[in-house]
Amino acid sequence: MNTATLQMQTVGRFRLKKRMTLAVPLVIVAYFAYIFIAFDIAGLGDRISLDNARTLVSDSYSYKTHITQDNRDGVITMSIEGERKAQYPEGMMPDWVSAGDVTTVDLGTGHLITLGPEIRYDIPGYGTVTAQPDETGVNATFPPGAMPDYINASKNRVMIATDAGRLTITRNRAEVFKYSIGWEIFFFTLDSPYYGVGAGELVSRAITGEAGAIANAFWTNTMWRHGDVFWALLETLLMAFLGTFGAAMIALPLAFLAARNFTPLGVFRFAARRVFDFLRGVDGLIWTIVLSRAFGPGPMTGALAILLTDTGSFGKLFSEALENVDEKQIEGVASTGAKPLQRYRFGVIPQITPVLLSQVLYHLESNTRSATIIGAITGGGIGLLLTQAIATQKDWEEVSYYIVLIILLVIFMDTLSGWLRRKLIKGDEGGH
Amino acid sequence: MSDTGHSQAAAAQMSKTYLAQIKAKRLMNFIMLVVFLALFMSGFVVAEGRNAGGFWEGLGNVFDFPAAMFGEAVERAHLMPGYLATYFPSLIETINIAAASTLLGALVGLVISLLVTRGFAPVPWLIGPLRRVLDILRAVPEIVIALVLIFMLGGGPVPAMIAIALHTVGALGKLFSEVNENASLKPVEGLESAGANWTQRMWLGVIPQVAPNYLSYALLRFEINIRASAILGFVGAGGIGYDLRNTMSWGVGKYDEAAAIFILLFGTIVVVDQLSSMLRNRLTHGSPSAEITL
Repeated sequence: MNTATLQMQTVGRFRLKKRMTLAVPLVIVAYFAYIFIAFDIAGLGDRISLDNARTLVSDSYSYKTHITQDNRDGVITMSIEGERKAQYPEGMMPDWVSAGDVTTVDLGTGHLITLGPEIRYDIPGYGTVTAQPDETGVNATFPPGAMPDYINASKNRVMIATDAGRLTITRNRAEVFKYSIGWEIFFFTLDSPYYGVGAGELVSRAITGEAGAIANAFWTNTMWRHGDVFWALLETLLMAFLGTFGAAMIALPLAFLAARNFTPLGVFRFAARRVFDFLRGVDGLIWTIVLSRAFGPGPMTGALAILLTDTGSFGKLFSEALENVDEKQIEGVASTGAKPLQRYRFGVIPQITPVLLSQVLYHLESNTRSATIIGAITGGGIGLLLTQAIATQKDWEEVSYYIVLIILLVIFMDTLSGWLRRKLIKGDEGGH
Repeated sequence: MSDTGHSQAAAAQMSKTYLAQIKAKRLMNFIMLVVFLALFMSGFVVAEGRNAGGFWEGLGNVFDFPAAMFGEAVERAHLMPGYLATYFPSLIETINIAAASTLLGALVGLVISLLVTRGFAPVPWLIGPLRRVLDILRAVPEIVIALVLIFMLGGGPVPAMIAIALHTVGALGKLFSEVNENASLKPVEGLESAGANWTQRMWLGVIPQVAPNYLSYALLRFEINIRASAILGFVGAGGIGYDLRNTMSWGVGKYDEAAAIFILLFGTIVVVDQLSSMLRNRLTHGSPSAEITL
């Protein structure tokens, strides 16, 4: 090969390289253009529901209290988020509500609403709106002048949505919403004796023998269901734990069958490898569906789905690790007169344990995430609670609570598996 | 004489401590094994108790559903090609979700990985916060983002694509940054001395070194994302998973269609796995013919 041809080759390669550097971005752009059309991203603007987004965000850090008056009998009920379970018991009310002949609701910053046969709303900077709802209609009167756009009025319905809160009047009901920051009744429900008790007093009452009662009131909180949530998290964890380690225990002996240096018989090797391929190829989704038909919803189904999929993955990984073992150590153990089982125990196992453990622990973390998804499909664990809360389309504070818990759970498992890897496998940096 | 006696005693002492150490280690391992087995067994019992159907009675019914499905599929085998054709566009959508999100995630992950690698990062104090962002993106299961986005954007492939892409950014960003750490700084320094700006240094000095490893990781992600995209379809994000849910909730009578979807999904996963592992082998061990790679 002379210099001229070498130069020609090099120039040719450079030209090809230049074309590639241009072509690759072009192909990527073309593909995204295709996706843009295929996924109808241009039409996304019409489909996007900003109202939903707004509710979701505002609900995640605030809650609203409903004060509802039945206009026919004048009975007033107060509850958080309008839930029966979070109704204020008789004689108890938020401190911005005062009951007398008429009920006054102070929305703050001068917004004052009076409920009774006549409903009044003093709106600072606008005036007073009054209404006397009866069978004929709402009968609302407004201050003179143009009506602001936050008021929506018709004969049978008036809605006033200010920054301080919202008042809706119909013929049968008058309802006030007041928005407040935080997650109300997160610790204790309104009917609990510990509602509104300060942290310091709680501690002192816990010390004086009420700890059990306090824990029970928290645990059985009907709104946030801390007990159920705890069990759901545990179920998700169980799916990951049972599935991952069960798969490792089943895959290990099968991996010996699939490894070239341990199974000289090609038939067994082929069979074991195809079993692994099949288990992996069917995938968790299909396993979950098939298994939930036999086992019903719950953590066992999820654990088995993870177990089957991961048996395939582990089988492949373990058999590759086994094919890479150093024969010299096995020979060394054999030279001391060790029997085959002892050769495996002292020649093979110490070599592959670090690889195996690190893979298993890595999967444990990623399976915690899978278990959340599988739980949503098969019905179990925190995944189920999350899908249920989203399906109701109103418990967004619970949705955010579950999301935070899921992220914390995954981060905890990640930290735990990293710690175990470093602890059990000396010299392994655990990928950090 | 006393010297040999002394060394013998020392050797005996040494072997005694060694044996004691081994004994302690074995005992430790044994205790850990017992604790692990106890945890596993009690976990099994708890899971069994909280499941709708028990493990042992369920085990007998495992093949009922596959048998019913297989029966229907065989009975109406002449319809199978039609079903495969019907659901093929959904399969394409699932693959597109996976491909677009992998590409998107890899591109964003690439940029972030350069920003979080010591030595390459243009803004060193951003390394820590950006790494935490990657950790969080990795920790959030795709389904969480997908469900929230479905609520805001409605069903369809876009929520799934965004959800998977975000997770991919977290996963690939970390893997890419590990690759970057092994990249040689010499080309970068050379380019810097020639007056190249940051983008040029990265594009010409780093990317050519790490591209094969990047591609290999991105392909592995693509395999994972195909599965994720099928699963997200099942919770309402379009693609073949969505069709699968519809046929499954229909129940008996549509099992042959479910079988068709199973076949499509299984085939796709196996083909993509094989292709990607072939390509990855080629990338890490080099193609057999190439002698100079520029």
